[in-house]
Amino acid sequence: MNTFSEPTLDYVELLPLLIVFGVGLLGVLVEAFGRRGARHRVQVGLTLLGLLAALGATVWVGLDLPEHGSARGTIAGAGSVAVDGPAVFVWATVLVLAVLGALLFAERELEGGVSAFAGQAAALPGTEAERRAASQGLDHTEVYPLMMFSVLGMMLFTAANDLVTLFVALEIMSLPLYLLCGLARRRRLLSQEAAMKYFLLGAFSSAFMLYGSALLYGYAGSVDYARIHEAVAGDSQNDTMLAIGVGLVLVGLLFKVGAVPFHAWTPDVYQGAPTPVTAFMSAATKVAAFAALLRLLYVALEGHAWVWQPVLGGVAVLSMVIGTLMAITQSDVKRMLAYSAIAHTGFLLTGVLGLKTAGAVSPDEITSTQAVLFYLLTYGFTTLAAFAVASLVRDGGGETGALDRWAGLGQASPLVAGLFSFLLLALAGIPLTSGFMGKWAVFEVAASAGAWPVVVIAVLTSVMAVWLYLRVIVSMWFTAPQGPAPSVTVPSLLTSAAIAVAFAVSLVLGLLPGPVLDLAGNVGQFVR
Amino acid sequence: MNDFPWLTVLVVLPILGALASALVADRDLTKKVGLGFSLLTAAWAVLVATTQWSPSEHLTETHAWIPAFGTHWALGLDGLSLVLVLMTVVLVPLVLVASWRDADAGRPRAFFAWALLLQAASLLVFTATDVFLFYIVFEFSLVPAYFLISGFGGAGRSRAATKFLLFQLAGGLVMLASVVGLYALSAQAGEPSYLIGDLAALELSPTAQRWLFVGFFFAFAVKAPLFPVHTWLADATEQATPPVSVLLVCVLDKIGTYGMIRFCLGLFPDASAWATPVVVTMALVSIIYGAFLAIGQDNLLRLVGLTSLSHFGFIVLGIFVANDAGLQGAAIYMVNHGIATAALFLVAGFLVKRTGTARISQMRGWEKRAPLLAGGFLVAGLAACSLPGLAPFVSEILVIIGAFEHHWLVGTVAVLAIVLAAVYALWTYQRIFTGPGPELVLDDATEQPAVEEHRPDVGAKEVGVLVPLLVALVLFGFWPQPLLDAVQPVTDQMVQLVGRTGPLAEGGAQ
Repeated sequence: MNTFSEPTLDYVELLPLLIVFGVGLLGVLVEAFGRRGARHRVQVGLTLLGLLAALGATVWVGLDLPEHGSARGTIAGAGSVAVDGPAVFVWATVLVLAVLGALLFAERELEGGVSAFAGQAAALPGTEAERRAASQGLDHTEVYPLMMFSVLGMMLFTAANDLVTLFVALEIMSLPLYLLCGLARRRRLLSQEAAMKYFLLGAFSSAFMLYGSALLYGYAGSVDYARIHEAVAGDSQNDTMLAIGVGLVLVGLLFKVGAVPFHAWTPDVYQGAPTPVTAFMSAATKVAAFAALLRLLYVALEGHAWVWQPVLGGVAVLSMVIGTLMAITQSDVKRMLAYSAIAHTGFLLTGVLGLKTAGAVSPDEITSTQAVLFYLLTYGFTTLAAFAVASLVRDGGGETGALDRWAGLGQASPLVAGLFSFLLLALAGIPLTSGFMGKWAVFEVAASAGAWPVVVIAVLTSVMAVWLYLRVIVSMWFTAPQGPAPSVTVPSLLTSAAIAVAFAVSLVLGLLPGPVLDLAGNVGQFVR
Repeated sequence: MNDFPWLTVLVVLPILGALASALVADRDLTKKVGLGFSLLTAAWAVLVATTQWSPSEHLTETHAWIPAFGTHWALGLDGLSLVLVLMTVVLVPLVLVASWRDADAGRPRAFFAWALLLQAASLLVFTATDVFLFYIVFEFSLVPAYFLISGFGGAGRSRAATKFLLFQLAGGLVMLASVVGLYALSAQAGEPSYLIGDLAALELSPTAQRWLFVGFFFAFAVKAPLFPVHTWLADATEQATPPVSVLLVCVLDKIGTYGMIRFCLGLFPDASAWATPVVVTMALVSIIYGAFLAIGQDNLLRLVGLTSLSHFGFIVLGIFVANDAGLQGAAIYMVNHGIATAALFLVAGFLVKRTGTARISQMRGWEKRAPLLAGGFLVAGLAACSLPGLAPFVSEILVIIGAFEHHWLVGTVAVLAIVLAAVYALWTYQRIFTGPGPELVLDDATEQPAVEEHRPDVGAKEVGVLVPLLVALVLFGFWPQPLLDAVQPVTDQMVQLVGRTGPLAEGGAQ
């Protein structure tokens, strides 16, 4: 009992995480010692290289996963990190989204030579210090290391194999995001308010999650997912404790994915945060948090499905209906996209309901994990591109999200309006777009697992949702502008590249989703 | 040459045409390019029909598309598909010519590109033999249709287009639930596949069949349209330009009735027999109610749109009585209705351009100013009320025979519609064309295109558009045999399917 055995860390399997972490630390050193003028270039280069290196390492790890029971993968980091097919798939997704996000972060043409982030975050809005920071063209290049740490948190969150790692990863992911949200160059009060709300509510939900973890530990005698699974399978007298523990942990996770009734932060934060941050966060956080949710439910709590499935079904229905209804009433594009993100959370949760025991899945049928992973991929790219396009539309006071100011955009810039229309159609799930394929997949697995009522409601809310996207399309193409027409700022190559890539992914996944779907299927199940 | 992808080329040609006309900058050239591609498509379709097709041996192409979903790029051309494909490729060039001048008012590039894309979608829908592919294109066709309505037409077009889209999507998404359900059942039975052939071989429980049937039927009923989900129709045809209405009502809506034959009867014969009493009632209500609504309209374009409600009632009636006469009648009714209603819409459109209003109460005596147009309207109107010697008569009489075979009461109610059709066709003619010479209506609140004072009776382009349609009406009125021969194998198969599995005869004879 008293001997201390040195934990073996599987450095090879954890290489992607280590690269991201190392580059983040390097970024901090650059901030400390680098020359102010050169920092932006160095940081952008370092971030992009680091992310691409991590992506390469992820692919390398993914190609070489060992067999592990019926799944493929290995449990690394002394039992705390599961490196398996789904984890690697999500790592790759998050890293690609992060590359695109970094390109958006680095954009300096839209604001006339400075980035979208505050010159000096510590300066109070409206003071002399702020004006001085603005006139000197200061820039917060700390955003890049912050982003790297957040990416690290997301990757760890996805792979966390026990409740403590899950919590630590959640905090690593969230704290940098809280900061990033408050760093907008324009409308700083709104941005700071958003960050504050996000932080307070996030801290609150973390506390719930921690308490739930403690209860689960009390129930199972371990925080390890596999041990919790055994405890659930074995006959236990503490079902109440289990139920409360699961409920509290779910509160924390559902907060992160933005499901009703834990969604209240979403619109304020999406609107207030600098648009590049919103684009990155809305896409990558959702991917990571859903992967973590799937792992917890499928690995640790599979035997408890008869309790959490109805609850999640209810949350899914609420998210879809309330998200869609609230989105219809919005007059700001970013807020509308935020509520639509809540509705999409509901669709994703529908897919989560499709869990079937290994024997019940027909050999060639798509699995729930496959469907959700594919939906996350399609949604991540589409929403990132949508926010990126939204950052291009401006009037005298910087970015404008007000829907009535978007009227006549089709005449002013057919290209931008056309792109945005396509992305909206993809979000609405019109066939031949990636959104439809994703929707079909999650509906199918849910229906196949017997969650018919939820699927029917999902289908009906899809009809309502079309109206909401259509409203924007009508406004852009068929409404005459009130006052001066909106202008579209021509971005640099960075944003253009990010939009082009995300758009291309959305387009290709709508027409030929086969290879990616197969890939999501081949990753197999979570390891236990 | 049988490995050559004849059908894929048929579908791809209009897509290329859409891209080409969207990219050409010159206004005049873009229209010529678009028309060129539509003519090329028509020529290709005729080539395929004459050289590659025979009633016994259908063209088919099958390639795996998304293996995980069990979907295929699977196209096939049987007799039913063939006649609808030919109708489509003939109507689209005529529509493009008819919109030659209208398109200038808006953006001709957008109009030609969307119209060709709609054509491609329709062709794909009529030839798809994979349910997933069918569904995807069925839904996708709404995008070009939406932009055609909301981009061109009357002042209330945006609202009408939104209403159209939401109705159609609601129907389509209900169908999605059934499509998803089919996959689940197909996966349970073994390897999931969406090919119609594989699905038809599934042994479905009666309950499952009924639920799936309801999903499909609802979508097709909205599309067709059928009472009581028809309310988008009149608004859409009132606000859209008449050529767009031709695309909507004559081509796109056929997908609804086509789907009823191909999927409702083909995949769920038991459930179709089970639903027959309800569907036949809905069809009868559509026939009578549509005719009364048409009689009551003061807007000419709404009127023409609502006559189609009555006609679609006939088609659906013929499909669901599911006997030889009824099904054959319904199948060729689809083509004949396409020709007759296209002629009626286009003549009405030409007329509205001259009068400056679509309101019948403000028109009179136009046969003095435009005798040729009056003649065209009369022929098209008489075709709509199924005058013997014109094409719709053959199909309508077959449907009515089928209805009488089904039950005498059903047949009797259906026959009444002929009288009502005569009222809306002839009374409308009387109000518009007879009486003292017309006063020019200057400008209606609906912002119709400004009236050109000295426009001739009919222009060369307009004659060119109308003559083929009127010739076809007379031709198929006297010689319907080619159409009947083409569709007969399909209708025989359906009659056998429903007859084999469902006690339809008893069901109807009570």
